[in-house]
Amino acid sequence: MSVITIERKVLEKNDQIAQRNRELFARHGIFVFNLVSSPGSGKTSILERTLEHLNGKVKIAVIEGDVQTDLDAQRIARYNVPAVQIVTKGGCHLEANLIQDALGSIDLRAIRLLIIENVGNLVCPSNYDLGESLKVVVASTTEGEDKPLKYPAMFRNASVLIINKIDLLPYVNCNLNALRDNALNINPSLRIFETSCTTGEGIPAWCDWLQTNTRAT
Amino acid sequence: MHELSIAQSIFDIVEQHLPKENGSGVKSVRLKIGELAGVVPDSLEFCFSAITAGTRLQGALLDIERIPLVCSCGECGAHFPVRDSVFLCPRCGGSRTSILTGRELQVIEIELNEEGTELS
Repeated sequence: MSVITIERKVLEKNDQIAQRNRELFARHGIFVFNLVSSPGSGKTSILERTLEHLNGKVKIAVIEGDVQTDLDAQRIARYNVPAVQIVTKGGCHLEANLIQDALGSIDLRAIRLLIIENVGNLVCPSNYDLGESLKVVVASTTEGEDKPLKYPAMFRNASVLIINKIDLLPYVNCNLNALRDNALNINPSLRIFETSCTTGEGIPAWCDWLQTNTRAT
Repeated sequence: MHELSIAQSIFDIVEQHLPKENGSGVKSVRLKIGELAGVVPDSLEFCFSAITAGTRLQGALLDIERIPLVCSCGECGAHFPVRDSVFLCPRCGGSRTSILTGRELQVIEIELNEEGTELS
């Protein structure tokens, strides 16, 4: 019987490219967050409100990841920020090499904040480091309070939780305190913001935090 | 369904380690997969057999060792398995915990077929 020892991380190639991305961001002093959630929780709407709020205050670029279509990039382009669309054609997550390729279309000297909107999925993107400074996970009130319990890896790996669609709380079956507790049991250091993209509630607090972190990078 | 891309990465790594003159094929590939790695073993096995069909790795089985999710408590030092997504220390209730095991996603080793084995 012949055995060959290998002992290698399966995703080492992705991790190496992510590390190169991270070094590139550090060299240019760019704060980068990887925005993740299940489909339909409001990532693109949060992005739109964020761009509106930070307009003229922070130089931003956006990388949009979607399985099909460039509809999201079209939404973002209205805000006059550079936006690059990655269409994964069925792929359920972004990988570091896709970001590396997309960076070729962005003038890194001209921005301080890069937002990467991942494909709507709470499982697969948690494995793939893109070189970001941190992950921001969105959970909306319409998804119920047990979302973190079902997808612990993502909530453990994220640094920020945005609870979105809080304007719908009177109409949906979601216990906000339980949602917060479930998330904090998995990751006690999570920074939590509560937002509504319809009323604008909570958007200034989130944007202030973002601006502070961008300045500190 | 990122198991397909994981299977492809495993395939690439094994290919790099396989001796060029090896003609009898690979019997098994031993992996360590943590509970928190977000990989479904059944799905990975299915994807792996699909992408190895017609290659030097055809017929290779995945021998998967599941690694439990274990944390250590930064307050009292206890080691404990995480159940039902609760990462708090069951001994002292501490919340400053770090993951010891459970994130693994590694190729450990491959076992080659005996010389003279017919490739299936």
